[in-house]
Amino acid sequence: MKLTAPLTFGLIACILLVSAPHAEHLPLWVSTVCAALLAWRAYLTWGGYPMPARWLLLSVTVACVFAIAITFRTLFGREVGVALLILLATLKLLELKAVRDAAVLVYLSCFIIITNFFYSQSIPTALYMLLTLLVIMATWVHMQTGALAFKPRLRIAVVLLLQAIPLSLIIFVLFPRVQGPLWGMPQDAYATSGLSDTMSPGSMSKLSLSDAVAFRATFVGRTPLREQMYWRGPVLWDYDGLTWTRGHNATLRRPALTDTTQLVDYTVTLEPHNKRWLFVLDMPAKLSISAELAPDFQLLSMAPVNARTRYTANSFLSYRANLEEQPQQLQRALALPQGYNPQTRQLAAEWRAQSASPEALVRTVITYFNRQGFEYTLEPPLLGLNGVDEFLFGTKKGFCEHYAGSFVVLMRAAGIPARVVTGYQGGEYNELGDYYIIRQADAHAWAEVWLRERGWVRVDPTAAISPERIQSGLSSALPDNAALPFLGRNPPEWLRGLRLNWDALANQWNQWVLGYNTERQFAFLTRMGMEDITWQKMALNMLAGIALLVGVFTLLMLRRLAARKTDAVQTVWLKVCRRLEKAGLPRAAHEGPMDYATRIAAVHPDLAEDIHDIAARYASLRYGGEAEQDGLAAFKDAVRAFKL
Amino acid sequence: MIGSFRQKFRNWAFRRTVETGTVVLNQRRIYILPTRQGFAFAFVLVLMLLGDINYNLSLGYVLTFLLATTGGISMLHAFRNMAQIEIHAGQMEPVFAGEQARFVFHFHNPGSLERHQIHLHDDDGHHVVFDLPAQTSAPVQFDIPAPQRGWLDSGRLTLHTSFPLGLFRAWSYIHFDVRCLVYPKPAAPQPLPAASSQDGTGKLLATGDEDFSGLRNYVAGDAMPRIAWKALAREQGLQVKQFSAWQGQELWLDWSQLPDIAPERKLELLTRWVLDADVQGLIFGLRLPDGEVLPQHNASHRAESLRRLALFGAGAS
Repeated sequence: MKLTAPLTFGLIACILLVSAPHAEHLPLWVSTVCAALLAWRAYLTWGGYPMPARWLLLSVTVACVFAIAITFRTLFGREVGVALLILLATLKLLELKAVRDAAVLVYLSCFIIITNFFYSQSIPTALYMLLTLLVIMATWVHMQTGALAFKPRLRIAVVLLLQAIPLSLIIFVLFPRVQGPLWGMPQDAYATSGLSDTMSPGSMSKLSLSDAVAFRATFVGRTPLREQMYWRGPVLWDYDGLTWTRGHNATLRRPALTDTTQLVDYTVTLEPHNKRWLFVLDMPAKLSISAELAPDFQLLSMAPVNARTRYTANSFLSYRANLEEQPQQLQRALALPQGYNPQTRQLAAEWRAQSASPEALVRTVITYFNRQGFEYTLEPPLLGLNGVDEFLFGTKKGFCEHYAGSFVVLMRAAGIPARVVTGYQGGEYNELGDYYIIRQADAHAWAEVWLRERGWVRVDPTAAISPERIQSGLSSALPDNAALPFLGRNPPEWLRGLRLNWDALANQWNQWVLGYNTERQFAFLTRMGMEDITWQKMALNMLAGIALLVGVFTLLMLRRLAARKTDAVQTVWLKVCRRLEKAGLPRAAHEGPMDYATRIAAVHPDLAEDIHDIAARYASLRYGGEAEQDGLAAFKDAVRAFKL
Repeated sequence: MIGSFRQKFRNWAFRRTVETGTVVLNQRRIYILPTRQGFAFAFVLVLMLLGDINYNLSLGYVLTFLLATTGGISMLHAFRNMAQIEIHAGQMEPVFAGEQARFVFHFHNPGSLERHQIHLHDDDGHHVVFDLPAQTSAPVQFDIPAPQRGWLDSGRLTLHTSFPLGLFRAWSYIHFDVRCLVYPKPAAPQPLPAASSQDGTGKLLATGDEDFSGLRNYVAGDAMPRIAWKALAREQGLQVKQFSAWQGQELWLDWSQLPDIAPERKLELLTRWVLDADVQGLIFGLRLPDGEVLPQHNASHRAESLRRLALFGAGAS
């Protein structure tokens, strides 16, 4: 068929729909050029103008590729690939000649849809995909149906998609999953925000402006109290006067937990954050996936977490951690940069002289934070070179990183081994899905001190200043005018409900659709009663399921082919004949209705009037050209009233 | 070489019987294979699947499977678009060599489903496309050039559809027992031979213009002297004087009386004369080496004469 204007508009719509979501992350000029090219094509089609000359198209293409190479400084990689694909698809639209080119464009648009999943795989994205697919299908059908109107064309597309949905569901469940990647992936794709392995004033407060979900946790059985939910992340040892970093552990010995009680069992679904650490409650005892347990109880996954990862873990809420810490590690936990924060050091020395025991000293510091007018705020004043001194004796305004950092400095100055632990604290409970949502805004920093008989003990100085932060979350700990994200504030109840419902749905989606990997597939199929799962078995089941469904479709689809319109008049007449036949008066094959009626009337004079009436009505309806809708009801009534 | 091998394979693989009556396209007659586009699409799907696996794109899997199953199910739609169509061949009108033979096939769609974009073509690339709305019958005219006199067979025709996505091609072969009678191509206009007396010994005379019988409308090629100039002057249009042969005399169009030219040229000339004689209302007979048609003048006589000329030398009947 020929490339008509409606078909061209359909193709323009396809390219527009599949490229639109990419506008968000493509360079602005690429989006602009694509939009301009699409508009140009639409204008040419609309006015029936000739296509641009070959040399013009060629030079535009070359210019675009050059510009891409300059913008991205490369022609390889995923981002560049997507940009090139979209540009070339748009340009292809301008040299569209035959229907074969149109088919190429349709395939290209399908491919561009999939590139959008690099950036988002949420429920709205999935719905948008279905809409796009419908438009693509309608256009595709258009290529094969010529002048068919839009509505029946759309119906064909809808039928095709509706039939494909159950089939692809079967394949989705049973298609053997291969754990990727098959080849190396460029890292640039996973630039996401999250906890880093350094801490300096301002790093945590910046994170607390983000609503993004860090991970979700479901507890099996016992749920800890909110103030017990310390999700352990990177442990920071080294301090250079400004920034805390992880440094290098001086030992390879696995840490040991003793006197453990209060076991909790939970599942974490971690959003990709492109770093190695996994978040678990203090202190982790068991993990379902392979990971490395560092000597400071930090869990590191074997590779950066660049896909949503699900693991179950056991933690003890009450413990003695590493009673026998290595001397080198304790040495690290006492190190302070020379020459910084003299006031702090002096204060620590005084306290040390006064305190009977390290425990008493810790209490002194906590009381100090509590009583000396410290303020918990998201917007602390900037600090200078001797940051801890300025904070403790000057500004007295800080966020969790200020408190944790200065606390550890104080401890170290007083000769108590201490370290900073970062992670998340608390979480929002979603009743609908019975799980906790832990957002970036829940990022927190606290301290651990090592005491001789008790091992590493968690001390959270923030709790001393702002207990609300620990018990009910950030939004209740800060004044109402603080610059929290909209969702981080205490929202109205209905909005909160809506948001939790949506998150519950998103969570199910993440668990069952996006997180459907080899492991999940295995678990699901086992639950469905499949034993000894092998890929051959899955493939066989898949083929059987498809065959069954296709069989059903075939039966349904081929039904209407030979179906003739049932003749209502004939049906009613045959009913009368059957009744007479039962009474011993079958109609002869050659007998017309009138002859038959006459014969019946001769045998049963009492029926004569009725049967003549019926036969006459039948003949009139069937042969007399009487309109069916007029006489059919009366004919039916006459038959119903007919008694043998 | 490959072409002939392919032809042989096709002859072996697909039925080649000639059919009469009504043919119903059932599953035994409909073949389905992916098109080139279908293979290209499958290639795109494989690329997509590799991407899904590599980047762990669950939604990508969903899209890939949706597209794959849509493509697969379109095979069923392609089959359905052809299934249960009833076809019978229509009446053929004879044509002259050099014209298009108009084969007519009646397609009937008994179901309540519209059939889209059904293509009918032969091996030489003649092609017609049509839609078949629900519960309708439609005559489909299929033109094949008729270069030679004699019987023209439609040959085996292919009925195919790529509906709905062009990924699969469902096709069926139909080869009906219909032939088109192709008359020889009429030669350039030439004067009719003179009507001869009943004994049939007359030889070719220049004209048959003894008796003026009336006027008829001018036809291209009529001789100038015959134009009725007086009628033209009376503004009756361009007319030609007609002369009939003598009463009781018959015009014999005789093969043996023709000058020594190629047999096909003779047939063409005789065809021209049959047409002219018929138009002029002459009673004429046709004498060929293999028999004769007795003089008469009516439509069936004309048809019979032309038929004999068309089939001359082609054996009996």
